[in-house]
Parts: sequence; C-alpha cells; structure tokens
Amino acid sequence: MKQKLIIFISLLVLIAGFVIGSFFVKQNKETKTLTNAQSNYDSFVRDYSVTIGSPDAKVTLVEFFDPACETCRVFYPHVKDIIAKYPGKIQLILRYAPFHQGADYFVRILEASRNQNMYWKTLETLYQTQHIWTVHHQAQPNLAWEVLKDTPLNLAQLKADMGSPKIEAILRQDLFDASMLKVKKTPSFFVNQKPLVNFGHAQLKKLVESEIHANYQE
Amino acid sequence: MSDKVREGETGLNWTLLFICWLTASVSVAGSLFFSEILEFPPCILCWYQRMCLFPLAVILLGGLFPFNRSVIRFSLPLTIIGWLISIYHNLLYTGIIPESIQPCDKALSCTDVHLGLFGFITIPLLSFLSFSIIATILIVLHRKTQ
Repeated sequence: MKQKLIIFISLLVLIAGFVIGSFFVKQNKETKTLTNAQSNYDSFVRDYSVTIGSPDAKVTLVEFFDPACETCRVFYPHVKDIIAKYPGKIQLILRYAPFHQGADYFVRILEASRNQNMYWKTLETLYQTQHIWTVHHQAQPNLAWEVLKDTPLNLAQLKADMGSPKIEAILRQDLFDASMLKVKKTPSFFVNQKPLVNFGHAQLKKLVESEIHANYQE
Repeated sequence: MSDKVREGETGLNWTLLFICWLTASVSVAGSLFFSEILEFPPCILCWYQRMCLFPLAVILLGGLFPFNRSVIRFSLPLTIIGWLISIYHNLLYTGIIPESIQPCDKALSCTDVHLGLFGFITIPLLSFLSFSIIATILIVLHRKTQ
C-alpha cells in the first residue's frame, strides 16, 4: 500500500512540475514575443508587400509564409475567409519567410508574376501543385515550369523578371524582418502587431475578432 | 530462499528499483519538457537515446508491483545501449570525436549546445548521468539478488 502511494505521489509531483513549468515558460514567451513585436514596429509593413483589403482598414493581418510550407497551404483558404468576413476593416499583408530549401526560387516566381497581374492565380496554382514540386520538404526549382505550363502566365517573361534585383531586395528585406520579429516557423501571423502565440485556425480567428471588436466597437 | 532475502526484496531492493524508475521517469519528463515546451529540436542521437529511455519508465514500473527481479533482464540491455549512445554523444559534444565524422544532419546538428546550466550541464550530460545511475543500480541489484 505504502509503495503504491510513493509511486502515486512521485507521478503526481512529476506531472505537476511539468505543467507548472510549461505554464511559466509559455507566459514568459508571450510577454517576450509581444515586447519584441512592439519594439520592431517598422518590420511589419513594407510598401512593396502584396496586400488584400482596404489600406484604410484599422486591423492589419501580417502573414509570414513560405510557398513550400504545407501548413501555409492549409491555412490559405482560412486566411481568405477571415479577410472576406470583415470587408473594409481588415487588410492582409503577405511577407515571405522561405525557410524550406529552394523555396526562395518560388518566391521569385510569385513576385515576377505580379508584373503580369497573376499573383493570386500563381499562388493558388503553386499551392495546388505543392505536393508535386516539393520532394521531402525541399522545393525543386526544376519542377516549377512543369506545374506552371498550363497557366496563362507568359513563362519567358516570368523567367526574365525573376532575376530582377528588386525581387532580390524584397527577399532579403523580408527575411531580415522575419528574423527581427523572431519568426522561426511558417505561417507566422501578427494581428495589429500582436503575434499569434497559440498556433491554430480557431486561435487566429479569435485574435482577429478581438482586434476587430477593439477597433470598430462591434 | 530464506525469509531474510524475501524481506530484503520488499525493502532495500524495492527502493533501489524505485530509484531506477524515478530516474527514468524524471528523465522522460525532462526530455519531453525540453522538446515540447522549450522547443529544443531533438537531434538524431537524442532520438536514439529516447528510444532506450522512454520504455524504461514503463518497464521498470512493471517490476515494482510486486518486486520482480526479472525486470532487470528486460531493462538492463536498453539501459546499456542508451548509455553507450550517450557516451558517443558526449564525445561528439565535447569535441573529442571530431565533427566531420558525426552522423547528423547539418540542419540539426548533434553538437548544438542547448542547455548550459552552471556552465557545464548539457542535455547529453544529463542523459549520460541518468543512464549511468540506472545501469549502476540495476547491476548492483542483479548481483544482490542472484
């Protein structure tokens, strides 16, 4: 009897220690990311970034994403739904964090497609075919042209535009801003500079909702 | 078997095995804390050590109710394997084995220092310590109960 009690108490102490420890770590992390985000205000928005929604919106949703990231692909329709839900009140700002090997090539494709007004179509095509051009979590530039050949994109033009120093500068700036904002995973979301600490679709919706309420007294 | 031995089996031997189990359980909790809460990515060698460590917390518990010395037979091999891997890991970590022959992925190096408590306590060292404690006690128990 005594032995079982000892085991029971040991287990209880272990689990309690784990839970209490994780609580403190989480709290610490939340305050850290918040203060870090506030002290890097300039890193959120760059005037070259792709956006949807009204520029006068009081709520901005900044997403750091990687075209080769599976979770970003899964989140894409949810993010679009959130933007559609609050017309005029929210603006989405897309930033790049191509952490997967080879993904920067696909960011160049996306940026070059802006010249042909095909950004969203290209992004959607790349997401739909992501399983084809990513192999073992590595983006394969040589497979890009295969998946893009059925789109109305002018591929020769796209190839020529991809090497522009402007795109190179965008990539470098976005990666720099991502590191300033301690973005280590994709997608990373910030709603009015507030980081989404607990990752998840429902959590993102809730964070956006609370910012909409705070700014529009709904 | 005399009554005296039988008495010992429920007293000191049980306590020794209990310490083994407690060491394993604390290590499991700690290792999960590092990876899940502090988000330190476990490298390949860490995973091999985890494969040896995690079952110990379950197997050793099975030998406590009631005390059963045959648990040593099942847990000691795992402990020794984990112990050997942790020695190798520590040798890599401290640079005694050069990095060029380490088997790890570049993206997740086995020699990245994550924990530097008091300047010298690292995760591979903790792993080595707990495998050493468990192995030592199990060997003592094995000799004692023969």
